[in-house]
Amino acid sequence: MPSLSMPKVMRLACAALALSFAVPVLAQQQVVIVTSFPKELTAAYKKAFEAKNPGIKVEILNKPTPAGVAYIREAPANNKPDVFWVSAPDAFQVLSQEKLLARIETPAKEVPNKIGNYPINDPKGYYLGQALAGYGMMWNTRYMKANKLPPPKEWADLAKPIYFGHVAISSPSRSGTTHLTVETILQGEGWEKGWRQMLMISGNCAAITERSFGVPDGVNSGQYGIGLVIDFFGLAAKSSGFPTEFVYPSVTAIVPANIGLVAGAKNPENAKKFIDYTLSPEGQELLFDPQISRLPVLPSVYAKAPAGFPNPFTGKIKPKVNFDSDLSESRYYVVSSLFDQTITFRHKELTQAAKAINNAAAKLAGKDQAQAARLLEEARELAYSPVVSDLKARDKEFLALYRNTKRDALKTKQITALEEYWGNTARKNYARAIELANQAAALAK
Amino acid sequence: MSRRYNLPQATLALVIALFLLVFLVVPVFTVMFVAFTNSDGSLTFAHFRSFFQLTLMREAFYNSLYVGGMSVVVSSIFALPLAYFTARFQFRGAMLIQTLGVLPLIMPPFVGATAMQLLFGRSGSLNLILGDWFDLNLPLMEGLNAVIFVEALHYFPFILLNLTVALNNIDSAMEESAQNLGASGFRLFRRIVFPLALPGYMAGAALVFLKVFDDVATPLVLNVTDILAAQAYFRITSIGIDDPIGYVASVIMVIASMAALWGSTWVMRGKDYATLQRGGSSLATRKLGPWQALFAYGWIVLVLLLVLSPHLGLVLLSFSKMWSFTVIPEAYTLDNYAAVFRDSPFMLWNSLLYCGIAAGLDVAIGTAIAYLMLRTNLPGRRLLDFIASAAVAIPGVVLGIGYLRTFRGFDLPFTDLPFVSFWMIIAFAFTVRRLPYALRSCVASLQQLHPSMEEAAENLGASNRRTIFRIVVPLMAGGILAGFVTSFLTAAVEISATLMLVSATSDAPASYGIYLYMQSIVGRGPGAALGVITVLLVGLGTYASHRIMRARSLRFETLQLLK
Repeated sequence: MPSLSMPKVMRLACAALALSFAVPVLAQQQVVIVTSFPKELTAAYKKAFEAKNPGIKVEILNKPTPAGVAYIREAPANNKPDVFWVSAPDAFQVLSQEKLLARIETPAKEVPNKIGNYPINDPKGYYLGQALAGYGMMWNTRYMKANKLPPPKEWADLAKPIYFGHVAISSPSRSGTTHLTVETILQGEGWEKGWRQMLMISGNCAAITERSFGVPDGVNSGQYGIGLVIDFFGLAAKSSGFPTEFVYPSVTAIVPANIGLVAGAKNPENAKKFIDYTLSPEGQELLFDPQISRLPVLPSVYAKAPAGFPNPFTGKIKPKVNFDSDLSESRYYVVSSLFDQTITFRHKELTQAAKAINNAAAKLAGKDQAQAARLLEEARELAYSPVVSDLKARDKEFLALYRNTKRDALKTKQITALEEYWGNTARKNYARAIELANQAAALAK
Repeated sequence: MSRRYNLPQATLALVIALFLLVFLVVPVFTVMFVAFTNSDGSLTFAHFRSFFQLTLMREAFYNSLYVGGMSVVVSSIFALPLAYFTARFQFRGAMLIQTLGVLPLIMPPFVGATAMQLLFGRSGSLNLILGDWFDLNLPLMEGLNAVIFVEALHYFPFILLNLTVALNNIDSAMEESAQNLGASGFRLFRRIVFPLALPGYMAGAALVFLKVFDDVATPLVLNVTDILAAQAYFRITSIGIDDPIGYVASVIMVIASMAALWGSTWVMRGKDYATLQRGGSSLATRKLGPWQALFAYGWIVLVLLLVLSPHLGLVLLSFSKMWSFTVIPEAYTLDNYAAVFRDSPFMLWNSLLYCGIAAGLDVAIGTAIAYLMLRTNLPGRRLLDFIASAAVAIPGVVLGIGYLRTFRGFDLPFTDLPFVSFWMIIAFAFTVRRLPYALRSCVASLQQLHPSMEEAAENLGASNRRTIFRIVVPLMAGGILAGFVTSFLTAAVEISATLMLVSATSDAPASYGIYLYMQSIVGRGPGAALGVITVLLVGLGTYASHRIMRARSLRFETLQLLK
C-alpha cells in the first residue's frame, strides 16, 4: 500500500503550516508605529532606523489620523501600538485627554520651547514636536494658465467666484491636516467669519477628497487647480518636478507635527529609541529629502537645508494665528461633524447654491437694483452662515455631548438627531438660497 | 433508508461545519446582533430608526441601489449586443469577444479607476483634446457617474459570459419550431431566444449588482463617499468598532445582496427553462449583412477601446515620471518599477501566501462538501452546501467588521498576539469569500462523474478512502484545478475585506499595497507599477489555467467518448 498517501502528506503540510505560525511570533524585537504619513516618509525612517538598530523591526500601521486615534483607543490592553506619529497636534490633545499617552522626556534639548507663540513640545510632557508645518495653498501652474486663473494669496481669495469648480480640499473627519487647516481659519477669522469663509471656499471646491493625499495628487495631475494643503505636500510636489507652486497665506499657523509614546505600549524601550532617533540630527536631516520636504524642529540642521527651503525660525513665514490647541481639542468632533454634515455630505447642494449666487452677482454687477441686491444678500446669508452659532459653539454642555466616545444608545440617538438637524438645516438653506439667487437674477434683467 | 456515510465522513463534515461557523456564521451574526441590540443586550430597533432618520444614510442607501442598478444597465448595454453577435452570427471576431470577456476581470476596479481618471477625468486626456478642438468637457468621471462607468466597464463580462453560455445552450429545435409557426427577426428574439437565455442573464445581472454594491475601494478612490459600503467603512474605522450605525449599514448591505441573489432565482421560479437537448445544435447562425457587419465590428471596437483604456492608462502611469495636465505623460522612467521591486516584493509574497492558503482550503472544503452532497446521505449536508454558498452574499466590508468585532479580545493560543492582528485572518477571509466559486466548480465536476467508476473500484476491494483519493479526486482534477485557480485569482484582487482587516504594512497583500501606494504626494507611478505587475500575474495565471483546462477537458472528452 502506498506509504505516502495523500492524507499523510496533508497531515505533514498542516503540521508545517502550524509551526510556521509560531516562528514569526517568537521572532524579533519590533516597534509598532501608527502614522498617517505617506510611505515616502515612513519608508525612509524605517530604513534608516533599522540600519542603525539591527534586530529591531519597524512595523508601520498606516491610517488616516482620526482612524489612528480610534485604533489606539480600541486596541486591547495587551497589544497597544507603541508610537503615534501624525501631523495634527489636536489629535494628540484628544489622546492625551483620554489618558492614552505616556509621558516622555525629550532627547533633544536644543529644540526651542516655542515656535512663535506655540509650544513645540507638549507642556504637560505627553508628546514631542518632531517637525514643523504650516498650512497653505498649492496650485498647478498649467491648469491655472489654461483656465486663466490668477494665483491665490490668501484663503479669502479662494472664496471668489472666479475659482468656482477649481479648488479641492479634504474633510476634517478624514484628515488631521485638514482639521488643522479648518481650525486655523476658524481661530484666525473667528467662528462665524471663519465658517463663512469655509463655506464659500467649499462652494468653489470640485471635490472633498476621501483622504488628504487626494488633494495634492489631484493638483499634481492637473485634475484640480488649487488645493488647501499642509506645506510639505506642496513643497514635496514642487521638488519632485511637478508644475506646482505653494504659498503660505498670512492667516496661517506654524504648528508642530508630533510624535508620542502610547500608554501601555507593548515595546516601550524600542519606542523610545525610535522617538529619540526621529529627533536626532540624523533623523531630522531625513526631512530634507525632496520627496518628504518637512521642516525640522532642530534649528541647527537648517545649515544643511537645500537652497530655498523655508526656515520657520527666521521669521520669514509670518503666521498671524496663535494656534490654541486646547480650544481645538475641546471642539474636535463638533468641527468635524459640522463640516461633514453641512459641507461634505451636502456638497452638491452647496456648489449649486454657490453657482446660483455667483450667477446672480454677475448679472447684478454694476446695476443699481435694491430689491435684487437684497435678495442676493439674503441668499448669501442662508448659504454661507454656519448652522451652529458662535454662542452655541462655546456652550460647555453642548461640547460635552461630543466629548466622550459614542457607545451609549441614548448618546447615539442624541448625536444622530443633532447631526440630522444640521444636515437638514443646511440642505434647506442651500435650496432656499438657490431660489432667492435665481429670483435676484431674474430681477436683474 | 440505509446509511451511506461513515464516521470519517461525518467527522469531516463536522470539522468543515466548525470552520464555517467560526469564520462565516458567527461573524455575520455578531454584526446582526450588534445592530439589533443595546449595549446592555436588550433587543431594539432604535439603531435602525436612527439610521433611517439620518438623511445621509438614506441617501447612501439609495445611491448604493442606484449605482448597483445602473451598473447592471450599462453592463447590459455593453454585453447584450456582443452576446447576440456571437450567438447569432458567423463571426470571425468571436476570439476578440472572448478576450473582451476576460480582460476587465483581471484588473480590480479601484485600480482601473485611477487610470480612468487620468484619461476621462475633468483634466484628463479625452477632455483636454475635446477642450482644444470643440471646447467641450464631458463629466464622465464626476460623482456617481464615475462609479457606474468604472464598475460597468469592469463587471460587464459577468453578463457577457453568462449570456453567451445560455444562448449557446438553446436548442435550435426551439427556434425552428417558432419559425415554423411564423415568428422571425426581433419577434423571435424577444419571445423565444431572450426568454430562454434569461436565466443566464439574471445570474450575471445579480452578480454584477452584488459586486458593485459591495465595492468599497472604487468609490473611495473616486472620492464618492455617500454610498453605503463607504459609510460603513468610515463609521467603523473613524468613529469606532462600537458605532451602531456602521452595523446597521452592514445589515442592510447583507439584506440587499441576498435579495438580489434570491430575487433573480425567484423570478425564474415556476418557469421551466430546460430544453430537450443540451449542447446539441444550437441557434442557427447567419452571415452578417454589410450594415450589420459595420455595426457589429464598430461596437466591438468601441467596447474594446473602452475596456483597454484602464489597462492602457495604468501602463502609461506606471512608466510616467510626470503626467500633469497633458494628454500623455511627458516624461517617462523605469524608476517606478525599480521602487516596487526594491520596496514591495514582500507584498507579492503575501498575496501568494494568503491566496494560496485560501485557494487550497477552498478546493479541499469544496471537494469535501461536493462529495458529501452527492455521494452520501449524511444529514445536514445540504445545509453545509447552503451556508458555504451563502458566503457570496456577504459583502467584504461586513465580513471584515464581523471579524474585528467577533475576535476582539481573542489572542492567538500560546501567544499574546491578538487574533485580529495575525495575518492568517486575512487568508481566512479570502477563503470564506471565495469558497462559493470553488464549491460550484467541484460540484459540477463531481456531477459529471458517473458513480459506476467508484462502484467498480469498490468491487475490486478498494476501501472508501482509497477510492476517493485514487479514483474520484483524480477524475475531478479538472474541476478542482479550475476551482483553485478561480479562488486564487479572485482572492488576489480582493480589497473590501482587506481594507478592514489589514493593519501592519508588512502584512499587506498586493491589492492593499496598490491602495496604499496611491496615497502618494509625489505621484502615483509606483502604485500603477505595482498594479501592472499584479494585473499581469493575474492575467498570466488566468491564461495558463485556460490552457491547462482545455488540454484536460479535451482529454476528458476523449475518455467520455470511449465509454
